Amino acid sequence: MKEKLMAIREEAAADIRNAKSSGEIDSVRVKYLGKRGSLTQVLRSMGSIAPKDRPAIGRLGNEVRNEIEGLLKEADESLKMKERGEKISSGTIDISLPGKAPQRGAKHPLTQVLDEVKEIFIGMGFSVVEGPEVELDYYNFEAMNIPKDHPARDVQDTFYINDEVLLRTQTSPMQARYMEKHQPPIRIIVPGRVYRSDTPDASHSPVFTQIEGLVVDDGITMGNLKGTLDVFAKGLFGEKTRTKFRPHHFNFTEPSAEVDVSCVICNGKGCKLCKGTGWIEILGCGMVHRRVFEMCGIDPKKYTGFAFGIGLERIALIKYGIDDIRLFYDNDIRFLNQF
Amino acid sequence: MLAPLKWINDYVKIDDIAPQTFADMMTMSGSKVEELIEPGKEISNVVTGRILKIEKHPHADRLLVCQVDAGSGVIQIVTGAGNVREGNMVPVALHGSSLPGGVRIKRGKLRGMESDGMMCSSLELGLEEEDAVHGIYILPEDTPVGRDVKEVLGLDNVAVDFEITSNRPDCLGMIGLAREASATFGRELHLPEVSFAESGERTEDYIDVEIKDRQLCSRYAARIVKGITIKDSPEWMKERLTAAGVRPINNVVDVTNYVMLEYGQPLHAFDYRMIDGGKIIVRSAGDGERIITLDGKERLLDSSMIVIADTKKALVVAGVMGGENSEVERDTTTVMLESATFNGTAIRMASKKLGFRTEASSRFEKGLDPNTVIAALDRAAQMVAELGGGVVLGGAVDRYQQRKEPWTIDISAKRINRFLGTDISEEDMVRMLESLGIRVIRDGGLKALIPTFRADLENEPDIAEEIARLYGYNNIRSTLISGETTQGGRTREQIIQDIARDVLTGAGMYEVITYSLASPRDFDRVNIPSDSRLRKVVRIANPLSEDLSIMRTTLVPSMLEVMNRNYSKKIDGGMFFEIGKTYNPLDDPKEKLPEEDNVLILGMYGGGDFFNLKGDVELLLNRLGIKKYEFVREADNPTYHPGKTADILCGNSRLGIIGEIHPDVSERYGLPEGVYIAELDFDMITRMSELGKKFKKLPKYPAVERDIALLVPEDVMCSQIEGVIRRTGGALVESVKLFDVYTGKQVPEGKKSIAYSVVYRSDSGTLVDEEVNGLHQRIVEAVKSELGAQLRL
Repeated sequence: MKEKLMAIREEAAADIRNAKSSGEIDSVRVKYLGKRGSLTQVLRSMGSIAPKDRPAIGRLGNEVRNEIEGLLKEADESLKMKERGEKISSGTIDISLPGKAPQRGAKHPLTQVLDEVKEIFIGMGFSVVEGPEVELDYYNFEAMNIPKDHPARDVQDTFYINDEVLLRTQTSPMQARYMEKHQPPIRIIVPGRVYRSDTPDASHSPVFTQIEGLVVDDGITMGNLKGTLDVFAKGLFGEKTRTKFRPHHFNFTEPSAEVDVSCVICNGKGCKLCKGTGWIEILGCGMVHRRVFEMCGIDPKKYTGFAFGIGLERIALIKYGIDDIRLFYDNDIRFLNQF
Repeated sequence: MLAPLKWINDYVKIDDIAPQTFADMMTMSGSKVEELIEPGKEISNVVTGRILKIEKHPHADRLLVCQVDAGSGVIQIVTGAGNVREGNMVPVALHGSSLPGGVRIKRGKLRGMESDGMMCSSLELGLEEEDAVHGIYILPEDTPVGRDVKEVLGLDNVAVDFEITSNRPDCLGMIGLAREASATFGRELHLPEVSFAESGERTEDYIDVEIKDRQLCSRYAARIVKGITIKDSPEWMKERLTAAGVRPINNVVDVTNYVMLEYGQPLHAFDYRMIDGGKIIVRSAGDGERIITLDGKERLLDSSMIVIADTKKALVVAGVMGGENSEVERDTTTVMLESATFNGTAIRMASKKLGFRTEASSRFEKGLDPNTVIAALDRAAQMVAELGGGVVLGGAVDRYQQRKEPWTIDISAKRINRFLGTDISEEDMVRMLESLGIRVIRDGGLKALIPTFRADLENEPDIAEEIARLYGYNNIRSTLISGETTQGGRTREQIIQDIARDVLTGAGMYEVITYSLASPRDFDRVNIPSDSRLRKVVRIANPLSEDLSIMRTTLVPSMLEVMNRNYSKKIDGGMFFEIGKTYNPLDDPKEKLPEEDNVLILGMYGGGDFFNLKGDVELLLNRLGIKKYEFVREADNPTYHPGKTADILCGNSRLGIIGEIHPDVSERYGLPEGVYIAELDFDMITRMSELGKKFKKLPKYPAVERDIALLVPEDVMCSQIEGVIRRTGGALVESVKLFDVYTGKQVPEGKKSIAYSVVYRSDSGTLVDEEVNGLHQRIVEAVKSELGAQLRL
């Protein structure tokens, strides 16, 4: 018995030495230690030897098993190391081959800029609401303090459906609609399409997008208007952006202003984009006119507020340095995939 | 409004302020400068000189050597221009001078001859775009020597073009602008002093005025100047008018224009001989009445327009343009000057109907101050007498019944400061208002007394604006909104739209945005039946063109156009989507506005098939938590291919349609076959979407997978087979996955081979083989008997 064990030990050690792959190691393991392996067979026949010899043989049997297992493990590890090394050294790829990207899509640049604008105002507690594009003359003009036959109507070339209905020329009518239904505090922005009968060219489009803003509360000041739009301009065009408020006239605000931002290209030094002035006009704004409040059922003695209107295409043109508004509506993939 | 700075300087001293500074500060105080026009800005050190002597250049045939007296001394100039003669007065660019375009002139030698400067052409002085007259610009004989050429040629006439908003008609005159400048720079305003002698004859003996309707004309005043000679105006007058953009005509017409530009009050001069009956009647025009206006065109009038007539005929379209019949002629000796206030709306409508605006109508239409009428009339009478050598008759005829009086506005410095967010003292506020001609009365509180030329000032916020703009908008401190905080955010609809955009762009699609204005021809182009509801549209009464004359009811045409535009640029293929509105008129005639519905449209061309687009739709619906939708064959929508189209249903609701565009339609849009579109009702999707997510426990017990391969008749739809498997298998069927569909070799005609992998799992224990085998067998039997399938081995 003892001899048999010793022979197995020798034989196994030799087999392990000769094994050339981790697969062969596995075969050696099965050959000696498997269910029908020779060592297993020997140990299973322990019953046939004299009881007094059993402890010694048993011990020897375990020793041999441990030894074989040890050798197997050692050989297995070193072979695996070797095999991995070989695999790695033969697995070099040409890393300069092109990547396999999934098909790329993109949101429209106007959507992307609008998303940024929304983010900025939502952060200041504004809600985003929307209103109808086919609108009553009343909301588009009269409730905005532009009565019938007012010269201000000439400035905005309006598409009419009939005497009472038109395509809104501005997002401002939503000011009136919202104030009729909500009491202050009000903080909303209203993005949406507006229409003017302008023939399409590089800077005009009969359909374009505005973002109206309205804030109404007790104690709202013109300083608040400036502060809010400062945050907006810096948020959209960068921390270094400065704003300039110029007096202007709109029927539905008093005082009214136009706002310029320091040129995003030259930062105010003067370049082609800003026509050498260092400033670019981006929006109109003002303190909500008393008469607008009265028409919408808000008490002008108790509340004040401000409103602004931003042209989305305009700020997108500035932000991306695009020189033709028609590109937004052409939807050429070579344009869309740049954003 | 084009304002020469020299003219403004007549009323307020500004000639020591740099033009750019003037323009900037006026803009910031509320008079927006469109453009600063400085014709001679780039010219320096160019003077007038007389050519004393011309000799041939000793070494060059084409060059001349001139001795020129430039005032400061005689200099030698070599020139190549052949048009100069001895004795000519010419512009001389001296050594170290500059010319437009950044040209610098320096002393130098030309072919060995010293040249101390350059004689200039009109092109070189920037007077013309192209060199019309070849050669040196020859000045008039009597031009003095050594003068700055900018002065001589009027190139120092700096002018500012102001954008005057509709609320400030008072700024449509130099005096109004000077008043703004006076307030802006804190300098005194000087109004013109008007005085003239009147003859013993009375105006009222010559002319009577009757206003038929006071709604149309609140004031009409007239004066008569006799014994004048019509001739050209003096140079200073011509120069001023030209600088202000008005063409000089003759002394009388020029005066009316001059005073209009000065006071903002349009005037008109009539040849007194042509006024029949010695009477002026202000009345509505008759419908169909005709008049030949000063431009020689016959105009057809209607009763909404105002005319100035005599007892027999219309003389003038009031406030718009004079008539040929009473025009001031060369032989006119007596003129009647008119100064009046007409109804702004009536003038605006008349000028719109007649299709032209004039300097006069663009002022009247904004509503002018009747209290300026006499000042302007007197000024004109004075100037006509001065320039035409006549006498002014005694008194003016003045019809003015309802006097417009100044009004007051209660103001409080505290309220204004609270409104603006400023801390301006009451004294400063009063000073600012008074600089604008607004007196402030202390009467317990403060009352601002508004002059009648400021009709735009109605209440305290208007006064606050006057203060804010003079204080400087940019001096108001920016502050953040305080007070009650508000919870901002997007609506559910917006959130769902944003998710849709993310999902679809993630799937490789480009978002497009197209016009919502459409063409009525689109319906035929996409095969929409003539009785379709989609043809009921919102129509624009005054469209830009037929192609943009309706509000769209479908997004299919604009999506096809996008694909066409890309395809025609040789872009092989693309996937697009748009979330846009359709505008659908309601049946109820009381509803004035249409319903605006949100639609999501997906489009794909050049590669990919029905199932690619279907996969995108499924991806989206799944992401939006819409369950149990199904695709049902739709063979009757003529826009789509009858065999490759499905309605997308969810219970009883129709979510949309998906399919290949009918080849006829694709062809009409210049697209190849294989264009796929899906239209989805986004409002419905928004309603059905369930964004709430709920955790489902991970399975505890192992799954058992069995494949099933079948031979089925070709018209059996995959959804039918899957339906049978699920119904028969019940709760133990976890998933049914199609992994092969095949027709062709080895498959009999009229059949298709189809293979599924079915996963069984129980959530109450490990399934044993016998259980699964039994169930799987029942499924196989059901598919065989219900759908005529054969098992394929």
